[in-house]
Amino acid sequence: MKCKVCRGPAVIDIRRHNANFCADHFLKYCRDQVSKAIHEFKMATPDERLLIAVSGGKDSLAIWDLLGELGYQADGLYVGLGIGEYSETSGRYARDFADKRDLKLLEIDLRSEYGYDVPTASAATRRVPCSACGMSKRHLFDKAALDGGYDALVTGHNLDDEAAVLYGNVLRWQTDYLARQRPVLPERNGFPRKVKPLIRLSERETAAYCVLRGIDYLVEECPMAAGNKHLAFKESLNAAEQQSPGTKHDFYFSFLRKAADKFIDPEAEPLGVCERCGAPAGSELCSFCRIVEKASNHEPVPVELVNRKYR
Amino acid sequence: MKVLLRNPTRELEMRGPMSVQKLMNRLELNRESVLLIRDSTLVPADAMLADDDIVEIRPVISGGA
Ligand code: SF4
Ligand SMILES: [Zn+2]
Ligand SMILES: [Zn+2]
Repeated sequence: MKCKVCRGPAVIDIRRHNANFCADHFLKYCRDQVSKAIHEFKMATPDERLLIAVSGGKDSLAIWDLLGELGYQADGLYVGLGIGEYSETSGRYARDFADKRDLKLLEIDLRSEYGYDVPTASAATRRVPCSACGMSKRHLFDKAALDGGYDALVTGHNLDDEAAVLYGNVLRWQTDYLARQRPVLPERNGFPRKVKPLIRLSERETAAYCVLRGIDYLVEECPMAAGNKHLAFKESLNAAEQQSPGTKHDFYFSFLRKAADKFIDPEAEPLGVCERCGAPAGSELCSFCRIVEKASNHEPVPVELVNRKYR
Repeated sequence: MKVLLRNPTRELEMRGPMSVQKLMNRLELNRESVLLIRDSTLVPADAMLADDDIVEIRPVISGGA
């Protein structure tokens, strides 16, 4: 296998582009794809201040590194979710990455600052862990981006993530979600601008990027993720991809090109304001403050019990 | 050769030499879902693995919303 660019020995094949690359040209390919996504969807400019939602996993660390390489200014925010050993280790990877590169990492700890953790929130609200977790993270990332005066919030969603979410939304024709699934959501009604610069790279590519850049990240899965629908959707899309390379890219980008603006977001109207924290809210309290209220009054639930009881 | 697998972490012994592609087929792995790493770098599908190699097969699919 030879590099498409320099004919040197290749280290990776990208079947959907019918291309093999050596390490240097693969890294360049990744930078080019991110740069293309940023320009094509007008995500950000180099004079803006960006905040990255950092988990300690491959995608968030890869995008932090890539944005730096491309000349963007980005700080990170890590939220301690209190998911046992998984959270301790992921926090360590995030801190190590920032320390080594002299980057600024903000941190919020759910347990010490809001009196709960994800396993307990899942039990107290009787939601699957990822739902309680996702809601908490979204609120805290949005708030930190606005309070810190950042121009946009960056998330590490890659092509596989977006294709899997689209697949799930289409299977149930969740038209309100389809209306909101965009690479850029402009700032509006108390929400910061949100951008996803990794949408042109697959999960395999962001992982390969980390390996070749010597970025240590948490490979182990969150114990709450096992068996969730998102993983099942990814697996079935990868089965299709193996038969027909390019399937995931076509599925997602054709949606953006041909269908996305046909769906209307019923929540595009401004919401009310949360009585307690001032965030956008559909009722008196926003969904985050409702979680805090229930979960901080609940006795702490260990990770192991959540897996057995609440999913 | 020694094959390290993750999630959960475990180890397998396989007889080399064998190509990466053949190893993936043996283990019934989809190439979209894993990377093969030797000496902290990536090994492409057509490369041969020697009997005394130590390799890691790293899953790249992550869950969560
Ligand atoms: S897998 Fe679910 S519970 Fe775990 S960090 Fe991701 S969203 Fe949160
Ligand atoms: Zn090359
Ligand atoms: Zn609130």
